[in-house]
Amino acid sequence: MAETALERTGWALRSWWLVAAMWTRSIMAYRVSFTLMLLANIATNSLDFVVLVLMFRHTDTLGGWTLPELAFLYGTSGLALGMANLLVGSIDALGQRIRAGTLDIVLIRPAPALAQLCAERFSLRRLGRPLQAGALLLWSLSELSVHWTPDRLVLLPMMLISGTVIFSCVFIGGASVQFWWDEAKELQNSFTYGGATMLQYPPTIFAKELVAGTVFGLPLAFVNWLPALRILDKPDPLGLPAAFQFASPIAAALCVAAAALAWRAGLRAYRGTGN
Amino acid sequence: MTLTAQLRQVEGGSAQLYLAVAGGAFRRYSTYRAATLAGAFTNTVFGCILAYTFLALWQARPGLGGYDAQQAVSYIWISQALLVTVAVWGGGFQDDVQDRFRTGDIAVDLYRPVDFQGWWLATDLGRAAFHLITRGAVPTVFGALVFDTRLPADPAVWAAFLLSVLLAVVVSFGLRFLVSLTGFWLHDSEGVRAVMLVVSMFFSGMLLPLALFPGWLGRIAVELPWAALISVPTDVLLERRTGGALVAGLAFQAGWAVLLLAAGRGVQLLATRKVVVQGG
Repeated sequence: MAETALERTGWALRSWWLVAAMWTRSIMAYRVSFTLMLLANIATNSLDFVVLVLMFRHTDTLGGWTLPELAFLYGTSGLALGMANLLVGSIDALGQRIRAGTLDIVLIRPAPALAQLCAERFSLRRLGRPLQAGALLLWSLSELSVHWTPDRLVLLPMMLISGTVIFSCVFIGGASVQFWWDEAKELQNSFTYGGATMLQYPPTIFAKELVAGTVFGLPLAFVNWLPALRILDKPDPLGLPAAFQFASPIAAALCVAAAALAWRAGLRAYRGTGN
Repeated sequence: MTLTAQLRQVEGGSAQLYLAVAGGAFRRYSTYRAATLAGAFTNTVFGCILAYTFLALWQARPGLGGYDAQQAVSYIWISQALLVTVAVWGGGFQDDVQDRFRTGDIAVDLYRPVDFQGWWLATDLGRAAFHLITRGAVPTVFGALVFDTRLPADPAVWAAFLLSVLLAVVVSFGLRFLVSLTGFWLHDSEGVRAVMLVVSMFFSGMLLPLALFPGWLGRIAVELPWAALISVPTDVLLERRTGGALVAGLAFQAGWAVLLLAAGRGVQLLATRKVVVQGG
């Protein structure tokens, strides 16, 4: 192949952008509806935090963590999941496309299928979650007196980017399963939305085996738990080496490799139904 | 044939008809086996996560809201088991009605010789029965095996619980029916549905027992119809409602059920008139 990997990536990103821009234009034709849905989206996502606030009316700490510390977890988890959902979340409708036979249309277009599917039905209304999570993250940072050493300053943007990549890979990896089992979408929700919910709470309240699963199994602990231990200066319930707290980019890179393998295997296994 | 005999025949016929409709809905949902399994798995995962958060809260504050830690964990599993059965998130017949609005078939529905509201209620009861058996049982059994839960041994409590769930489904139907009917005016009830989801998740006690809501918020929450969806049936199964309180809880549910069904009937009449105007 004459084209380089760089050119291919550029073309994939451009395809994603073209599809996303098209959907944005179509949605912006109904501005009032868009605004309402965005507000509803923010309200729905805020409910989880309202519950946390109500819980903290009855206690000062949960698992040894204060409300602003939980807001830090909530903000980083929500931001990572929200950005991933915005960028690649549409992929989870893959099963529907396979069932309806419309995946073939995507495959014959001269653009990477994955990029197209990630941007399909792209909706800015999904900005609701990152906006709300970002606001809470800012609030938590203003409440917490974090001692900002250079390593902590680097960790914050690093964990947000790595977290977005990790959740994106969970979306894509989960969608790949739909090539074999087209109704796996809800199963995927347990790992994306369920995982993000889990990360909103401190690791100290969960069984150690479960926390170990998020480090060595599906590496969700790298989204926020591990780096947050360093930033907020909290003890690690698993007693892992400190290097783990900086390892989010490595975990993210491993996720990309795994998701890419799963996607290719799925695409190769796919047989069009002919319609 | 006398008039009363004729009427009786129609009544008997329609009861059979609704039973057939409910049975059809039950069978229809039972064909989505893989999706049901995936959904039950998701309920179980969320049950696990939330059970741990509740355990942490009750460790900090034992006996909070009058629940001990065992009851608090049981609360999570029962509410996860009920989530889809009573359609706290909306859905069920709502999706079908929404489709029929989109295609315009809704106008045809209103002139069928079958009652519009009764038809959809029957399908929703059939759906709920299937979901109770599948998506209700899986998290309940898992929760009981893995966590220290408390489920009653007395069959009478289970019977009262089932009655309470039935009433919860009817109240939920009443609310969702009203949301669906807004489609006659708004053409798309998606926005109202989104708002309803927020209110319903919060005020049903799905996220947090209503007993933990502070002050006036808590006092209002227990009087609203959403309390009939999760809060009342859960308290029945946890034996927090016995004797007089049990009767009061069931009466509360039945009252809202009747009120909401009547409201739905009224709005339906208005909607029918509107369709006549448009179609004439």
